Amino acid sequence: MIPAFILQHAPALLLCVPMLGAFATPLLGRLGAGIRNAWALLAMLATLCVAGILTSEVLANGTLIYTFGAAAPSFAVPLDSGGIPIRIIFAVDAMGAFMALSASIVGTAVLLYSIASQKKNSGQDGYYGLLLLLTVGILGMVCTGDLFNFFVFLEINSLAGAALVAYRVDKGVAVEAGLKYAVLSTLGGLLVLFAIALLYGQYDALNIAMIASRMQFTLLDKVALVMLLVALAMKAGSVPMHFWTPDAYSMAPSAITAFLVVASQASLYGVFRVVFSLYGLALDCLTVGWIIIILGVLSMFVGVTMAIPQKDVKRLMAYHAVSQTGYMLLGVGVALAVLGNQDLLAAYGNIAMQGGIFHIINHAMYKGLLFLTAGAIFYRTGTRNLNRLGGLGHSMKWTMIFFIIGALAIAGIPPFNGFASKLMIYESVFLFNPLLSIIAMVVSILTLASFVKVFHSIFMGPALPEYAEVREAPLPMLIGMGILALMVILFGVFPQQVVDILVAPAAAALTDQGGYIASVLGGA
Amino acid sequence: MTMSKIVRTAAGWLFPFILVFGFYIVMHGHLTPGGGFQGGAVIATGFVLLIVAGSYGDISRRITKASLSGGETLGLLLFIVTAITGLALGGTFFANWLADGGLIFGNPVLFGANPGDLNTAGVIPIMNLAVGVEVLGALSVIVLYMLSGIAEEGA
Repeated sequence: MIPAFILQHAPALLLCVPMLGAFATPLLGRLGAGIRNAWALLAMLATLCVAGILTSEVLANGTLIYTFGAAAPSFAVPLDSGGIPIRIIFAVDAMGAFMALSASIVGTAVLLYSIASQKKNSGQDGYYGLLLLLTVGILGMVCTGDLFNFFVFLEINSLAGAALVAYRVDKGVAVEAGLKYAVLSTLGGLLVLFAIALLYGQYDALNIAMIASRMQFTLLDKVALVMLLVALAMKAGSVPMHFWTPDAYSMAPSAITAFLVVASQASLYGVFRVVFSLYGLALDCLTVGWIIIILGVLSMFVGVTMAIPQKDVKRLMAYHAVSQTGYMLLGVGVALAVLGNQDLLAAYGNIAMQGGIFHIINHAMYKGLLFLTAGAIFYRTGTRNLNRLGGLGHSMKWTMIFFIIGALAIAGIPPFNGFASKLMIYESVFLFNPLLSIIAMVVSILTLASFVKVFHSIFMGPALPEYAEVREAPLPMLIGMGILALMVILFGVFPQQVVDILVAPAAAALTDQGGYIASVLGGA
Repeated sequence: MTMSKIVRTAAGWLFPFILVFGFYIVMHGHLTPGGGFQGGAVIATGFVLLIVAGSYGDISRRITKASLSGGETLGLLLFIVTAITGLALGGTFFANWLADGGLIFGNPVLFGANPGDLNTAGVIPIMNLAVGVEVLGALSVIVLYMLSGIAEEGA
């Protein structure tokens, strides 16, 4: 069926394919726009296939180890190294595979959409090259089992992202947003690097599993933990480090914004990987769990209240992205708070964790969809100002339908996917602390209110004379939105299956620190 | 605006030496301090010297942005193709398929104190060369773009 070669080398191919795609794009761009677009699309589709194969392989056979440069992928610990994994290792467990799959689905939709939305822009060689490079950064972050390698991919992610934010030079405003993103990302990257240096100085290892197995939780480890959490939560757009998101998300081309959501989630994955796999039970789980919960609640509440008064549709959606990130932090934070206690973990911790992780993929789908619809509206009307838009329901019917799907999903209305994950979070968090659950529900109601306003001001009302020429968005853009809308509905109608197949193994992989260490170091 | 004839001539004489020194750092990356990025940056300073000594117009006619960014792309492709070849030859991604092979860069590394053999380390010098070409193209293109915004004095 699938050649053994691909199965064996899937983690490497997951990076190798988009990287080759990115590096060859400028060269193929000299042959013509059509060839380059086809090449970029082919590279992204191949990446999606590899991610699918990798996920099914990981779900069937457990964590996959790939050792770069070794004689065979499974030689993680060389015989003459004294038991230390010296090479760069990819350790793809169910959580990493889950993130990789989610990122490559959104990536494919975004690339299809870009083919139409970027048609009139110059500098597309760089655009597609950077888009594929951003994919490499995200996929590398979620697959790697090496801390320094994680930093390298974080930097690839940041630099490609910053360049793409500044891609549409719009009277310097986009460049300012890109510079802000680049400076903050660099600051975060340096914090991560310093934390890695602290860990390396103490444990003589960069491999996550190796450090985890030697973890003492000294004062230096605590300092490193704070730096890692602050930097990665900042990159994930959590309050109070969220201030770059509205600028970067609103100024980037819409397709890029949809993908930046996924790029932020790779940092969120970094937070989870650090607290669960790197530190695990060595932590004071209750304290760190509550810190993450408080970050989550703040993000939810501040995000949604800041979103309500916005007049720029993409800025509004950016604040909602901050708010939704809070749900993921809340769910996973509750699970972390009860990590040491098997009874509580079984009673509600696991469900909270699954809800938080399920919300990651759901958010990537519906928020990506919403940003793409906002991009389609901007593409046709040339404005993002809600006060000037109106009556587009007459001319952009498909875009309107996709917007409704995305808006109901983000507000947590059945039968869309946001409802499924939010319900899991409400129910489990209620058992932990009812107040948190009530805040989460209030935030959902405010989200709904905000999107009703947006829907009304964009699509309802009589057709405006200034938009008489406006037509439906081009077909590739509709296909890109359609893929995401289909996933939103499918995940909403069959949530149990998705949770059983994808989400539960991912949550189990995160909480099982011993299993992660054993899969890299072999037995232990 | 151009510098005096002395500066222009001196820059012309220095340029080949900077190139040689830069490529020396690139190709000795596996033996001595340095490597692809450092060597590439040194070579790019040679281009900066030419631009400073001559005029932007002269230089950008001889060295186009397209050729520099083409060099950048070729460097990147050389890097990834070298890595994939390891995969294609039955090893892993980034496997060192040239080391100890007796071919180019294929000598076994000697133990103990020795002056160093350039012909060792397998794919590492090739990766260095790829990074060097990539960095020299990228940094020179950045410098050209930065200077392209400066207007000619008195023009």
